[in-house]
Amino acid sequence: MSGARLDLEGIGKSFRGLRAVHDVSFTVPAGAVHALIGPNGAGKTTIFNMIAGVFAPDAGAVRLDGETISGLRPDRICDAGVGRTFQLVKPFRGLSVLENVTVGALHRHRHLGQARDSAAAILSRLGLHDRRHQLAESLTLPDRKRLEVARALATEPKLLLLDEVMAGLRPTEVDVMVQFLRELNQRTGLTILLIEHVMRAVMALAAEIVVVSYGEKIAQGTPHEVTRHQAVLDVYLGEQEMA
Amino acid sequence: MTADFFLSLAQAIAKGLLTGMVYGLMALGLSVVFGVMRIVNFAHGEMMVVGMYLAWMGFEYLQVSPMLSLPLIAILFFAAGYALQRGLISPFINRPEHQQFLLLLAIAILLVNACLAIAGPDLRGVQMEAQFESYELGPLVLDAVRLHAALTAIAIAGLLWLFFTRTRTGKSIRAAADNHTGALVVGLDVRRLYAFTFGVGAACVGAAGALMITIIPVSPFLAVEYTLLAFVIVIVGGLGSMTGALAGGLLIGVSEAVAGLLLQPSLKSMFSFGLLILVLLLRPQGLFGKAGS
Amino acid sequence: MNLVRRLVGNAPPRILWSLGALLALLLIAPALLGKYWLSVLILILYFAYVGQAWNILMGFAGQLSLGHALYAGLGGYIAAGLYFHYGIGPWAGLFAAVAVAATAGAIVGYLGFRFSLAGVYFALLTIAFSEFTRVAFDHWAWAGGSGGLFLKVDATRDIVNLRGGPVLFYYVILALAVGAFILCRALLESRLGRYWLAIREDAEAAQAVGVPVLRCKMIAIVISAALTALAGVWNAFYYNNLFPETAFAMGRSIEITLAPIIGGLGTLFGPVVGAVVLTGLGEAFTDLSDALRISGIKQIFYGLALLVIVVYRPAGVWPWLADKLGLKERQP
Repeated sequence: MSGARLDLEGIGKSFRGLRAVHDVSFTVPAGAVHALIGPNGAGKTTIFNMIAGVFAPDAGAVRLDGETISGLRPDRICDAGVGRTFQLVKPFRGLSVLENVTVGALHRHRHLGQARDSAAAILSRLGLHDRRHQLAESLTLPDRKRLEVARALATEPKLLLLDEVMAGLRPTEVDVMVQFLRELNQRTGLTILLIEHVMRAVMALAAEIVVVSYGEKIAQGTPHEVTRHQAVLDVYLGEQEMA
Repeated sequence: MTADFFLSLAQAIAKGLLTGMVYGLMALGLSVVFGVMRIVNFAHGEMMVVGMYLAWMGFEYLQVSPMLSLPLIAILFFAAGYALQRGLISPFINRPEHQQFLLLLAIAILLVNACLAIAGPDLRGVQMEAQFESYELGPLVLDAVRLHAALTAIAIAGLLWLFFTRTRTGKSIRAAADNHTGALVVGLDVRRLYAFTFGVGAACVGAAGALMITIIPVSPFLAVEYTLLAFVIVIVGGLGSMTGALAGGLLIGVSEAVAGLLLQPSLKSMFSFGLLILVLLLRPQGLFGKAGS
Repeated sequence: MNLVRRLVGNAPPRILWSLGALLALLLIAPALLGKYWLSVLILILYFAYVGQAWNILMGFAGQLSLGHALYAGLGGYIAAGLYFHYGIGPWAGLFAAVAVAATAGAIVGYLGFRFSLAGVYFALLTIAFSEFTRVAFDHWAWAGGSGGLFLKVDATRDIVNLRGGPVLFYYVILALAVGAFILCRALLESRLGRYWLAIREDAEAAQAVGVPVLRCKMIAIVISAALTALAGVWNAFYYNNLFPETAFAMGRSIEITLAPIIGGLGTLFGPVVGAVVLTGLGEAFTDLSDALRISGIKQIFYGLALLVIVVYRPAGVWPWLADKLGLKERQP
């Protein structure tokens, strides 16, 4: 499995004896956009947290470009090149939008001035430049989602983990975000793994989809294959999103 | 020699248990307020001292025994606590901790210096007949006042238990303490509940003050020590846990008494603070608290 | 030069001129002021300095310490003890004082942060350490026990041993306060400073963008403790006596927190403005209560003033004042 940017090998995690994730394996090649989908409580965010180092997997290993990163602290995993957003957005509320992103940029730029320039550039690409002096707590939810993405991008990751950045956005806003991410991927070759419920975005972005349910991987394939997979249809029976 | 030692040890433990009941009642007031509102009452010891002074004044000027003025003091404290919560503390519930701290610090300064202005800096105690009486329990001798205070504290704790398990308001308060956001969702009248809770917490500490004055004299400068003592007890017992506060009170009461017997009396608080550090680090939910909360 | 540019940064010229004028005034103040006003100014500078030190940990890094008396007390006791027992002057002694206090800070911080104690729980841990140390010093003969440690009062100026009158102590605390102000500005305008603010706002999010949270918090508490220890050394030699009951008292810890909270947490001018307000109120109430002759009345006024400030200006006096003056300390 060398050559893969991200390689999950049989990772598992239990909380107080409850199995949250069990024996999940998949890979994301460099430069690809993949999606991780599944019903609520399927363990998607737990998988993200294991990749990002919030907690180590009980079993299995996470590798980035062949190097094992599981067990490292979140800041070391960020050093290694993984950027992430939080499903429940976590802006630095009392800091300005620009400073929020500057904190991320300081990761690659030692000097405040350079970091601020780099942050400003990212903000203009995400359309937040006009709001850069506002406090983060004054932003609307869609803008906070964009701020999450901007802050993660500022750390200049090799792999970007996006946890439901489309949730709560209006359809037109979803299109803007999709367009932005697609351009980003094509222009910089950034590898992206996204958890998403908005299937329109998943279909538009992901080359491949991994489906999890009750903590286990039940299917993997192109959007076309996955939507015709019987196990997936069973899981999503009644959920209209899976059009 | 050893028999003597064990007797005095048993004596110290008995004394510690009795004092510990009053400590527990005091700490209960702090714990209830934290459990429900997540506010640490930095004025708790000051409230305790006010309770002690009120009982002392009742005795000194009106010749009313602290045991008799206790219900009145508890009611007064309930009303004052209710009003305080409604008027001043309520807007601070969701504010940053340092702002809550400053507010309660200001209240503490006002309370303790009001005592100083009215009663002066000297130690004030009550002189009662019962202080010269004692009960004999086998070889143990129990001070009458301490025993009365402990029994009253147990009775009040029992009443509180009834209140928290049998009444609607009490159950709501417990629900709010167990599940802070849940209570909001269920739509309990949180503002009234909070005020009621602060009132109950204040009544506990007021009653504890009335009991304490029969055992130990009061001075304004003891307020900080009571605040710290209450912190130690509730952390050791489990911040927010009501049974934990009572158990913590007994534990600290006994350990103080025993430490006072074995070590220099002035070292006994070092033991308490050492215990506080260990519990904070190793078992922050408290020795008697539920794990994982 | 580069450093100067970074410090000055984009501060408006009129602020720089005002600060320069203020500094010039402070430098000649002893020539202009009588004994009483000089002592008031000394008090203001002391609280501004020690508040600045505390503000690094709480205002910048967001960790509430209510036990800073520990570091001031240790610093004072170490320096005073070395002088008292071995004749080692404070300029040498302060290195030991700072080392001991910084180590104490590192221990408190490591335990608290490692065991992830946050908010009130961390505050209680700091109180517990301070109280624990207070009782220990009560029983430590080298430090004079509960009877206290006294330095010989000597008004002949001896800068080497920090012996002298108020003017000497005035210039020392002025240098400390100005130094701390500049240091805090430099820290705030650095990568570390931004990392602290990020941790204060949301530690988990900070760690996700690569902030080494534990290390940054440790640096904050060690710097804060070290600076506070210097205040303790100054305090010990200014007042010439030390008692565990006061040096490590919770009241001392609380005193340290007030100027920055009242002035405005996390701001550079907050501790300074807070120190002016608090000391000013304190002195005014002293005069008033002397006239009224009731014990405790001074503290009652003081408590009322705190109450009014926290109810009406919960974010502190400085942000409001800056707004009124048309200045805005850029909250980064």
